[in-house]
Amino acid sequence: MKLGLVIDTDTCVGCHACVVACKQWNTSGTLGPLTDYQPYGKEPSGVAFNRVRTYEVDTYPNNKTINMPMSCMHCETADCVTVCPTGASFKRAEDGIVLVDQDKCMGCNLCAWACPYGARELDEAVGTMKKCTLCVDRIYDEQLPEAERQPACVITCPTSARTFGDLDDPDSQVSRLVRERNGYQSMPELGYNPVNHYLPPRHKPHAETTPGASLPSLTERFKSWLDKAVVR
Amino acid sequence: MHPALSVIFFTVVSGAGFGLVILTAGLGVLGGVPGLGATGILTALLVGVVLATAGLMASTLHLANPRNAWRAFFRFRTSWLSREAVFSVLFYPCVALYMFGLWRTDGAHGIGMSLVGLLVLLLALATVFATGMIYASLRTIPQWNSPLVPTNYLLLSLASGAVLLTGLTVAFGEPPAVAATLALVLLVTAAMAKAVYYFWIGKPQGPTINTAVGPTRARIKILESGQSSDSFLNREFSYEAAAERILRLRLVVYLCAFLLPFVLLVLLLGTDGAALSLALALVAPVLLMVGLLAERWLFFAEARHVVNLFYGRQQC
Repeated sequence: MKLGLVIDTDTCVGCHACVVACKQWNTSGTLGPLTDYQPYGKEPSGVAFNRVRTYEVDTYPNNKTINMPMSCMHCETADCVTVCPTGASFKRAEDGIVLVDQDKCMGCNLCAWACPYGARELDEAVGTMKKCTLCVDRIYDEQLPEAERQPACVITCPTSARTFGDLDDPDSQVSRLVRERNGYQSMPELGYNPVNHYLPPRHKPHAETTPGASLPSLTERFKSWLDKAVVR
Repeated sequence: MHPALSVIFFTVVSGAGFGLVILTAGLGVLGGVPGLGATGILTALLVGVVLATAGLMASTLHLANPRNAWRAFFRFRTSWLSREAVFSVLFYPCVALYMFGLWRTDGAHGIGMSLVGLLVLLLALATVFATGMIYASLRTIPQWNSPLVPTNYLLLSLASGAVLLTGLTVAFGEPPAVAATLALVLLVTAAMAKAVYYFWIGKPQGPTINTAVGPTRARIKILESGQSSDSFLNREFSYEAAAERILRLRLVVYLCAFLLPFVLLVLLLGTDGAALSLALALVAPVLLMVGLLAERWLFFAEARHVVNLFYGRQQC
């Protein structure tokens, strides 16, 4: 199994609901807390597993705004795991989820250096590395109704831009989406082989228009002008 | 990359210490350090070990959770950081045995002593190489992901070790001809390797924002980073030094780390006065350390992590 997310940049509106849902679920989850630094100060910041950034692609009149939510890609070649000196970082054989054992991490930052996607953030208050768990404490929870056994970000997305599933199974919804909509990986040239895929905007560059009725002949137009111009 | 002082201090100081041990043990195995007796060799080894230890201690300062530092020995099979930790810890019993042997045999190298000396040399070399490989193995930082990086770490470690050995030889009142010549050769080699590195990183050739955000050839720019103040990612990866400052520091590197120690050592080889020799031999390592601290600061400040692409950088 290769569990991961497929994110549609065509429907994502950049509302940050997934960011909030992620933080809410995970701050009390297996890797929590997700510490906030100066939450009421001048420059509030803190640990997040999921961040949404907004880009402008191309120039006017062909420009387009794209929102790109980013969390851990659960890479197949996860260098964050191989560089870890303590064995705290690991990739689960059964479903490919990359996790950090909080009891083993010594906070050396090397895995964050090795991650090209900025998925790992050091919790400066706790001293350990934190990252997206793909809501491992949700997706296998048999207490939850089956429809809710999905990552918090996926359930909360109001435009259904996020889909969760097994990218190893060619018939799963995520695999079909990647196939049909030309799903792509971020920075494939680095060779990390990220499991998460992004769907590009659908190819609809201009608003659709219907052709109007053809113009009447010159004589007809002259007559109608004459009718309006000559007043009895 | 954010230049962390503890890591800069660690790589420079322990590099010099290991370099000193490598050269002393190497020359010892080849038949003794010219000019230095058993006491001199023991002193050189001791200075090397003290410097290496000071550096290694400093390296633990950048850990956010040092309570778990002992676990760093357990991923030898995949992690260069783990390998560095294992090599550096294996180094200690070996160098202790070697120093004990030198003390007992008064510097004579039989087969057994030669083997231990060789082991010390190999472990010290392996530690410095592993330090370089920690950085060189990161595909996320194009300026580090190069064989030039471990090459530079090894050459700078050996060059600083040789300059220190020259200083020690002069301090013991002996003619430093062999150590100084060795230092001159290593300084020139290290300077050339560093110059090649600076030339090589001059032009950005890493991934671009186009493959990071989407597979398009169109121009991409960031509109909104989605955060109101800097996060861990910005603090760790988005450090950027002014071009003018980089240029000025490179000048410091060329002058203090290579040119001035080279000139001082050439003068040292030509002089006979004991006081002048001592002054030259002690100023050279100090200058070299200043130059290497600047070199290591630049090594971090000039490294551009690909996560910056998501914050709007066009190429890394």
